[in-house]
Amino acid sequence: MSGSEEKTSRRALSALRHDPLAVTGSLVLLLLVVVGVGGAWLAPSGVNEVDVDRMLQPPSWSHPFGTDELGRDVLSRVLVATRVSLQVGVVSVGIALVAGVTLGLLAGYYRGWLDNLLMRCMDVLFAFPVLLLAVAIVAVLGPGLLTAMIAIGVVYTPIFARVTRSGVLSVREQVFVRAAVSIGASDLRIMRRHVLPNVAAPLIVQTSLSLAFAILSEAALSFLGLGVQPPAPAWGRMLYDGRGFVTEAWWLGVFPGTAIFLTVLAFNLVGDALRDVLDPRQLTIGEARRNAG
Amino acid sequence: MSDCPVLDIKGLTVTLGTRRGPARAVAGVDWSVRAGQTLALVGESGSGKSMSVLAATGLAPRSARVTGRVHLLGTELTGLPEDRRRRMRGRHVGFVFQDPTTSLNPVLTVGRQVSEAAEEHLGMTRRAARARAVELLDLVGIPSAARRIDSYPHQFSGGMRQRVVIAMALACEPDLLIADEPTTALDVTTQAQIVELVADLQRRLGTAVVWITHDLGVVAGTADEVAVMYGGRIVEQGPVDAVFAHPSHPYTSALLAARPDPAAGGADLITIRGAPPSPLDLPAGCAFWPRCPVRADARCEHEVPPLVPVSAGHHVRTFYRHQRPTGEDG
Repeated sequence: MSGSEEKTSRRALSALRHDPLAVTGSLVLLLLVVVGVGGAWLAPSGVNEVDVDRMLQPPSWSHPFGTDELGRDVLSRVLVATRVSLQVGVVSVGIALVAGVTLGLLAGYYRGWLDNLLMRCMDVLFAFPVLLLAVAIVAVLGPGLLTAMIAIGVVYTPIFARVTRSGVLSVREQVFVRAAVSIGASDLRIMRRHVLPNVAAPLIVQTSLSLAFAILSEAALSFLGLGVQPPAPAWGRMLYDGRGFVTEAWWLGVFPGTAIFLTVLAFNLVGDALRDVLDPRQLTIGEARRNAG
Repeated sequence: MSDCPVLDIKGLTVTLGTRRGPARAVAGVDWSVRAGQTLALVGESGSGKSMSVLAATGLAPRSARVTGRVHLLGTELTGLPEDRRRRMRGRHVGFVFQDPTTSLNPVLTVGRQVSEAAEEHLGMTRRAARARAVELLDLVGIPSAARRIDSYPHQFSGGMRQRVVIAMALACEPDLLIADEPTTALDVTTQAQIVELVADLQRRLGTAVVWITHDLGVVAGTADEVAVMYGGRIVEQGPVDAVFAHPSHPYTSALLAARPDPAAGGADLITIRGAPPSPLDLPAGCAFWPRCPVRADARCEHEVPPLVPVSAGHHVRTFYRHQRPTGEDG
C-alpha cells in the first residue's frame, strides 16, 4: 500500500471516532466478535447440559437468562450461538459480494449481450421472495450450516450485482476512464483501479446491511429447521424452540431475539457511518464543517 | 522538423452505427502533424474534429466503423491488433480532455494518477514513478509539487487540475499530445495560462500537438497549421497565417467574423444562421450550403467540391472563388 492510501484510511478512522453512533456500533460488533470467538469459554455451563430438575426456570443469579424446556442454560446457548450467526453473516455475504461484484462489474463495463444475459439471470433470482429462494436452495442441497450459508449467499448476489452495475454504468462514462483507456491501461486494470474504487462506497453500505439481513435470514432458516441442526445452538432455532412457551417462559424468545436485534443494529450503524466517511469528497465536507463549527 | 510525420491520416472515414441508422461522422479526412508542430482542428460540435482523432488513435466507440490509413511514427495503426495499438497509443500519445473536473479519478491521489502511465509503459518502479510524478507536476507549474502529490483532485482548482491532466498526458514523454478542447471549461485568464503552458512545453519537449477547438482565437497564437472541419470533412486547411489572412471558404470567413470583437463595443455579435447538420442527415453536395451566405455555384447542392489549392499548403473545399490580391485563382 502506498502512503497516500494509508493516509485515507487513517483519516476515515479518525472521522469515525467522532461519530457516537459509529463508536457504539463498533463497540457492539467488537463485543460480538469477542463472544463469537470465546463463546464456549465464556459460557457458564455447557450448551447441551440437560438438567430436567431445572426446566423452564426464569432468569436468576445462577441462570441470568433462565433455562429452557430441557433445563439448558439460555445464556450459554445465546453466547455460543453468536459464532454461528457471525460466521453465517460473513461467509454468506462474502459469497454474495465476490459473485455479485464480479458479475455487476462485467455486466456494467462490457454492456451488450453479456450485460443482458447476466442481469436477466439476476432478475430471475431477484423475482423470488428471499426466504422462498433460500428454502428452495436448502431443499435441493439438504439442510445444514454450510448449505444455509451458500443459499443466503446466492440469494443476496443479485443485490450486489445490481448495486455494482449501476455504479459502474455511471463511472465508466466518466472522462477519467476514457483517459485511462487513452494511456493504454488494460480493461482489468481500469476496472480494478478506476471503476471499482469509485463504486466502493455503496458496496460498503450494502455489505453492512446485507450482513444484518443475512443474519436475519439464517435465523429464519434455522427457525424453519433448515439451518443449524439441533442440538447445536442458533438464535433462530432458539426462537423456534421457545415459540411453544411464549406465555409461560418469555425468556426463551426475548434473549436470542435481543441478540439478533443488537447484531443487526450494530451492523447498520457501522455501515451508515462508513458510507459517510469513506468518500473523500464527503470527508472533506465533514472536515470543513467541523473546522467552521 | 523531421520528415516523417508523427501522426499521418489518409482518407479516414468514421461511420457510427446508431439506432436511427448509420451516421457518417467523418468522411475522408487527410491530415498530418510533425514533431514540434501544432495542428489546430477547428469546427463546431459534431463537425467530426474529435471523432477523427479518437478514431485515428483507436478510441472511437465500439459501434464505429473506421476506414482509412493511419500512421503513428511510421507504423500503420489500422491493421494492428488491439493490444499493440493500445501499447502504441499509451506510449506515444498523450491526451488532454475537455473538462478537468471529470478527467481525474476522484478517489486516487494526483500522484498515483500521474505515475500510472509511467509505471504501465516505462516499467518504472513505484518509487521511480513517484519521483517522476513530482518532476512532471513541477514541469506543468504546480507549486510545491512534492507536497501536493498526495492531494486528491478535489483539492485543486480547475486550472490546476488541467495542469495535472497535462502532467498525466506527458508522463511517457509522448511524441504527440492531443488536446481536446482543453480550455473550454476554464475561465479566460486560466485559458491563456494553459495555452501558454502547452506552447512552452512543446518548445521544450518538441512534442507534436493536435489542438481540437471551436475557438479560433485560442489557436491563432499557437498553431502552425489549421484545419477547419464541417460536416465530417475538412473545408479549409493551411498555415494558420494564410488561413487567417485569406479565409477562402465561406464557413471559415463566417467563423472569423463571428469572433467577438471588443473594439466593436456593444454591437451585436455576428452569428452563422442555422445549426450544424446532423451526421445522420447530411445535405447532399457541400454540407455547408443550407447555411452558406454565398452559394456561388449551381453544383453546391449536388456535388461535393474537391479540395483545391489556394496557395502553398493552403487548400479549400468550395466552388466559390474569392478575388484574391495575388489573383492566382479564378
